Amino acid sequence: MRPFTYTRANNKEQALQAFTATSHYLGGGTNLVDLMKEDVERPDQLIDVNNLDYKKITSNDKGGLTLGAMLSNSETANNKEVRTNYPLLSMAMLSAATAQIRNMASNGGNLLQRTRCPYFFEVSMPCNKRDPGSGCGALNGMNALHAIFGYSDSCIATNPSDMCVALAAIGATVEVQQADGTSRMIEFTDFHRLPGDRPEKDTTLSQGELITAIHLPKAEFSDHYYYLKIRERSSYAFALISVAAGLQVESGVINKAGLAMGGVAHVPWKLTKAEEFLAGKKPTTENFEAAAELEMKDAKPFEANKWKVDMGKNAIVRALTQAFEREV
Amino acid sequence: MKDIDKWNEAVDPDNLSDDENMILDAMGLNGSSRRKFLKQVSAASLSIYASSFFTSELFANTMKDLPEKTTALLNEIKVNIKVNDMVKPLTLDSRTSLLDALRERLGLTGTKKGCDHGQCGACTVIIDGKRNLSCLTLAATCEGKEITTVEGLAKNGEMHPMQQAFLKHDGFQCGYCTPGQICSSVALLEEAKNGEVSYVTEDLKKVQSGLSLSEEEIRERMSGNICRCGAYNNIVQAFKEVHTGNDEMPTWEFATQEQMDKAKNA
Repeated sequence: MRPFTYTRANNKEQALQAFTATSHYLGGGTNLVDLMKEDVERPDQLIDVNNLDYKKITSNDKGGLTLGAMLSNSETANNKEVRTNYPLLSMAMLSAATAQIRNMASNGGNLLQRTRCPYFFEVSMPCNKRDPGSGCGALNGMNALHAIFGYSDSCIATNPSDMCVALAAIGATVEVQQADGTSRMIEFTDFHRLPGDRPEKDTTLSQGELITAIHLPKAEFSDHYYYLKIRERSSYAFALISVAAGLQVESGVINKAGLAMGGVAHVPWKLTKAEEFLAGKKPTTENFEAAAELEMKDAKPFEANKWKVDMGKNAIVRALTQAFEREV
Repeated sequence: MKDIDKWNEAVDPDNLSDDENMILDAMGLNGSSRRKFLKQVSAASLSIYASSFFTSELFANTMKDLPEKTTALLNEIKVNIKVNDMVKPLTLDSRTSLLDALRERLGLTGTKKGCDHGQCGACTVIIDGKRNLSCLTLAATCEGKEITTVEGLAKNGEMHPMQQAFLKHDGFQCGYCTPGQICSSVALLEEAKNGEVSYVTEDLKKVQSGLSLSEEEIRERMSGNICRCGAYNNIVQAFKEVHTGNDEMPTWEFATQEQMDKAKNA
């Protein structure tokens, strides 16, 4: 690991002030420290923000909950308010990693997880995300696990987070502190960005901005929810494909659907077309299949990851079915 | 009779010492199953098992006074590391992981370095009551935290019940992942008591404290500790014994002479 200076911030002012272009904020470190060991991340300074007072879960003025950015993933997923009102979020968070990692990982840090693309991790390989201009090794390489939506010639990597897929389905808002001390709100679907010709930028955060909270809207999917995670072993693996499905059903009709997919794009992939299609329809297998078809027909897979199209279709139908059939 | 022959001799079930009786009780072997077991086991193997009962000190190493400063350090940081109720001020390179600080600077080598990338769980320690990976924790971040390693689990010369259960159920083969497995299991006992949920929990909305974990739950919740020898069945059994408080039967037994002959001639 390359040398770096360690700075402990005790409040947001200290954190923002210490930030330089080559600094990283340090949360749980489960992704960042690993990437530093791999020589992928090379900060000159780590600013430890674990002492910052963003560790509460409170009610917000939208009738929902606000999750502190420095709260651990396990404390968040196990919080009684979160479990009962946003079980979709709890389920997605619990599907991720292991108990040890969830105890360490912060909510803010989860949003900033970097891709698990093997070309990104292996410094002897070309990767525009790690080393802009070096090319994309995966584009004509081993890309069975890569994106089928929204990629560009410079990057076909996927976002690895489970929590973010649920947040996209629920429709969260991210609050960040800007360098000048003011805060701003970012809609969750605007927080992550597609690779375009700047894949080194995963999010729309500006330099030095610090995530302080995640705001959830009023709970809508607390009865009908399911987070389906398909992976190569039954626990402790990243998703091949995942689907977060929330349904609000009244008198046998879908009032509202919240849907997003993981493992298919550079961002948590919000299924807006399917959501719109399902609103006002009956929760039947035919409608679920039509909604899945509507989304997956836009997929542009590579030779090696064609299987993601069929699996994606089936995963959407299965997640919706599980969500609907859950006993309330 | 040579000493070596004596060690290979079968144990006489009617003539056991108090220690031997205690070991067999702890293994849940009574009556005919005890007789069957003793027919197949030599005094040597029983004493190997027995040795674990008398060497709790081995499991409770304390920090060693290693040199304050070993090599030239870059970006020195000072941190008071509190491990197993002892505090030690250390001057470290900012890059030092908690795992390396424990092993290289405090002589606490019970915690193992497996992958060093958060993929195997061998380095699991308990920080402020929660299981964590010491390989991905920078030592610099540990000021003011209470760390428990496998060496801190034994109390007053008695192994932690989880350590005893791992021995009884043979919850290991090579033993390298074991300190991590045990720390993880000890923390999991508390998580179950507190009613923490998992991905396989049936209903996330109706969970009470004092959970009784099914095997499926135990396996899901222990998935962060990889055992390349594949001692998983025995690890689950060991966890169950401490978790339920019931005397679980070991999942293994010795082969009979008939089975041995059959295997040889197969």
